[in-house]
Amino acid sequence: MPFTWLVLIILAIAAVGFVTGRSRALQSAGGDSRDLHSLPIYYGSHVAMWAVVPAAAVLIVWLLAQPFFVNSRVLATLPDGVVTEGSSIGLVMSDVRRVAGGLDVAVAQGAMTRDEAAAISSKTTDVRESLGQVGVALGSDVSAEVLGGAQLYRTLNATGSLIMTVVVLVIALGGAGWAVSRSDANFRARNTVERGILALLICAASIAVLTTIGILFALLFNTIEFFRLYPAADFFFGTKWAPSFSGRGGASDLGVLPLLWGTFYISIIALLVAVPIGLFSAIYLSEYASPRVRGIAKPLIEILAGIPTIVYGLFALLTVGPLLVSMFGKDTVGWMQGGTAVMTAGLVMGIMLIPFVSSLSDDIINAVPQAMRDGSYGLGATQSETIRQVILPAALPGIVGAILLAASRAIGETMIVVLGAGAAARLSLNPFEAMTTITAKIVSQLTGDADFASPEALVAFALGMTLFVLTLGLNVFALYIVRKYREQYD
Amino acid sequence: MNDMRIVERDVDTNEVKIAARDVQVFYGDNHAIKDVSVDIDDKTVTAFIGPSGCGKSTFLRCINRMNDTIDVCRVKGDIRIDSEDIYDPKVDPVQLRAKVGMVFQKPNPFPKSIYDNVAYGPRIHGLARSKADLDDIVEKSLRRGAIWDEVKDRLHAPGTGLSGGQQQRLCIARAVATEPEVLLMDEPCSALDPIATAQVEELIDELRKNYSVVIVTHSMQQAARVSQKTAFFHLGHLVEYGETGTIFTNPVDPRTESYITGRIG
Repeated sequence: MPFTWLVLIILAIAAVGFVTGRSRALQSAGGDSRDLHSLPIYYGSHVAMWAVVPAAAVLIVWLLAQPFFVNSRVLATLPDGVVTEGSSIGLVMSDVRRVAGGLDVAVAQGAMTRDEAAAISSKTTDVRESLGQVGVALGSDVSAEVLGGAQLYRTLNATGSLIMTVVVLVIALGGAGWAVSRSDANFRARNTVERGILALLICAASIAVLTTIGILFALLFNTIEFFRLYPAADFFFGTKWAPSFSGRGGASDLGVLPLLWGTFYISIIALLVAVPIGLFSAIYLSEYASPRVRGIAKPLIEILAGIPTIVYGLFALLTVGPLLVSMFGKDTVGWMQGGTAVMTAGLVMGIMLIPFVSSLSDDIINAVPQAMRDGSYGLGATQSETIRQVILPAALPGIVGAILLAASRAIGETMIVVLGAGAAARLSLNPFEAMTTITAKIVSQLTGDADFASPEALVAFALGMTLFVLTLGLNVFALYIVRKYREQYD
Repeated sequence: MNDMRIVERDVDTNEVKIAARDVQVFYGDNHAIKDVSVDIDDKTVTAFIGPSGCGKSTFLRCINRMNDTIDVCRVKGDIRIDSEDIYDPKVDPVQLRAKVGMVFQKPNPFPKSIYDNVAYGPRIHGLARSKADLDDIVEKSLRRGAIWDEVKDRLHAPGTGLSGGQQQRLCIARAVATEPEVLLMDEPCSALDPIATAQVEELIDELRKNYSVVIVTHSMQQAARVSQKTAFFHLGHLVEYGETGTIFTNPVDPRTESYITGRIG
């Protein structure tokens, strides 16, 4: 039975359960909903909840677990001999899956009957050719073991799905039936549904947290793998970044320092652009601008935050880079060789960060109570004295938090760097030279055709981990600053 | 309410400090103050009383042009301090506010140290020639605010860490530090407990020696306790103005009588 049907049937059970539970509860109260403990809709929802939730939970777990089970059963039947030189058990299993998938297609297209597919043997039929006819191309002839494995794979999956369907339907019906049996006037359906909703909210929150932990672990294991192949000291303290891809020979230098320096240099230039401009525009918007100007200008600035970074990258590549070259290139002072440079990327990234700084600072400045301003004006201070001496000090922790958030954004930025700063890893103080950052190098290390087990590819995870720790540290620090120095005005 | 029976009050006969004539205030289309004319004496505590929304705070805020900071607010008419029109285009509202200090309903110390709170005004207006001079001003102001003894050992602790009553006295000290001639107080005790209120009221009576004090209050007992003159506002009109004793014991206008006996408001 197709999966969609199963879901629809569960929903139908829930709908029927809703109506039944509701009417049963009403019946037990003699048709007067005022005698019920909860509103009738809660009794219905309670039954629907019991019909859907346990069944859905079992369904999800089953769908996750079945492939593992089937794989291990099929693996157990494969003799050791099938793994040939230069291959691995993973490749054989993918052959098995592919043949099984091909048989499915053949059956679906009517080229074979279900029984033929189950009984097909590599001795009597050229499986590769007959599958080729239905559009499934195989890389090599199908061995008897692989074909047998594929047939077992299909049978196990079919049986598994059948059992799953039955089990899930029984659970849905059972849940609904049990909930209906509890629906009477005294049952506290409202509280039960409320707890159900609470559980739903907890699930949603834990998915976000668990995903973060999952990402962390994925990074961690690959990073450990990398450090097994490449000495950690060379990675953290190496001043040269020169990966050599396998095939060209030679050992790689994978020192993180040039990349770290590029990251910081570009971020610092970006912040030097974004912080004053963002802060000043926030001050203008929150303290001086009339509501009309503010109503127009604030959304306009916030549009900057909505521009995809690749567009900023194009802007850096096509406009800012050539402009800087014409200003500082060999025709004038000769500081700049090409359009891609730290300065190009830094300036454009700074523009990208303006709305982060200005929007957050604006909210924070607005949160300074009017009483502070009144107090200062009442003492004969001018507007700018009030802003400098009262409002900014009061808002400072929040502003620092905003800047640190912008900084972690800058450190993690990729596209602007790829297009604006070049790809040369370099330790240099000249801001008009091309440099590159951690993020840009992660992209280039993983998008090549390097072997995934080589240190040149695995270094990307170590870089990602470094970046993760850096930005996490900055964010934690920002939160700490904001919390610690937050002014309690009341 | 015993105080209210005292008709004879020691009103020092003084020259007029603030003279307002036909003052009108509009908040957008709302006519908040209608034809208010009043003469406020020097070295006197003048209380503004009246039900909520009657315009007494609005009128108070006209005297130091704090209403200028509200966009939709327009003020018409003539207000003179020492015969000088404060709404004259030549007058800098910022300078005016240094001369006419203000204390607000809720204590609003800046998130700075106690010392810096008091030194704020003198620093802005350049009143101190040296650090020692500034120290003197701060000490003198804190003494006038009757809070010196409580804070002299922790002048560099944050002003926001004081109790409510201490904060309000700190704000008064901050206001007197710029040597104002007039002190406006907008319900200065409404956020304070009775003990802190008593301390602030005592302080207000002290301040009368040097300043013309105008106080807005919701508490008629407070008006009776601290003021020499009382003005009763109702729906934007100045209904009655006179010596406090007279207002509370022998009001002329029936609306005043209704208010002080608790029938309206």
